[in-house]
Amino acid sequence: MNGIHDLGGMHGFGPINPEPDEPVFHAEWEKRVFGLFATTSAFAGFSVDEFRHAIENLPPAEYLETSYYEHWLHSFEEMLAIRGIVTKAELDARVDQIRQGGQ
Amino acid sequence: MAKTKPAPVESETAIRVRALEAILIEKGLIDPKAIDALVDTYETKVGPRNGAKVVARAWFDPAYKQRLLADATSAIKELGFSGMQGEDMVVVENTDSVHNVIVCTLCSCYPWPTLGLPPVWYKSAPYRARTVSDPRGVLKEFGTILPEDVEVRVWDTTAELRYLVLPKRPAGSEALGEEALAALVTRDSMIGVTVL
Repeated sequence: MNGIHDLGGMHGFGPINPEPDEPVFHAEWEKRVFGLFATTSAFAGFSVDEFRHAIENLPPAEYLETSYYEHWLHSFEEMLAIRGIVTKAELDARVDQIRQGGQ
Repeated sequence: MAKTKPAPVESETAIRVRALEAILIEKGLIDPKAIDALVDTYETKVGPRNGAKVVARAWFDPAYKQRLLADATSAIKELGFSGMQGEDMVVVENTDSVHNVIVCTLCSCYPWPTLGLPPVWYKSAPYRARTVSDPRGVLKEFGTILPEDVEVRVWDTTAELRYLVLPKRPAGSEALGEEALAALVTRDSMIGVTVL
């Protein structure tokens, strides 16, 4: 399916700017998101293909503006919400709780 | 008076990840130690040093090189590197007349067992967009300028099939042993954006 992820040959993205001595992860949350793939796909029962499809379905502007592991987070949210394992409301409520100083 | 350091502000994304992990732990669905173990594996055990060992063996042992080019998956497994995101491997050899470079235009597919996790630039829009339309321009950004008569081949990795570039053995390395050879091999040379 055509989509924003099909980037081959597109123009206008500017220079590549490789980062010297790049670390494997750039933030603690990236590590957690990375580790969530193997652990979550195992019990929720989704394949890499379904996981990637959710990323490819991101609105084009959001796809380009967000980072690789943010794409992963988006897909986990989709995979878990579709299966009724963690609803969006449940996750939003927990986010609010943490913002207010909770765990 | 001791200065108190302001607490770092946690990003919205970081909070969301923390919330998701907390819910999954409370539901008994994941073990945070399993995440720790995965992170440790890819931070300290799996990385481009694995691929460098494959390249050095191929330079050192002509029979191994032949096996590697004929059936990369099995030859790489001989050295103990296999598994997730490296189930089906193809090794492409750089020569005096051909230079290979790998990309994943659709996403971020990359040979994890031999190179570890991909750098941000490999997953970035400019690299994915331009490597297939202007490979020489991309190589130039990495400081790689190839003679005009060298053919550049671009390999678009898929979810099922992962490529690894076998770089040209550097001149003057004839007397080196396998370990010393491996130390010469860089990640970027195995992606094909640089030469040694």
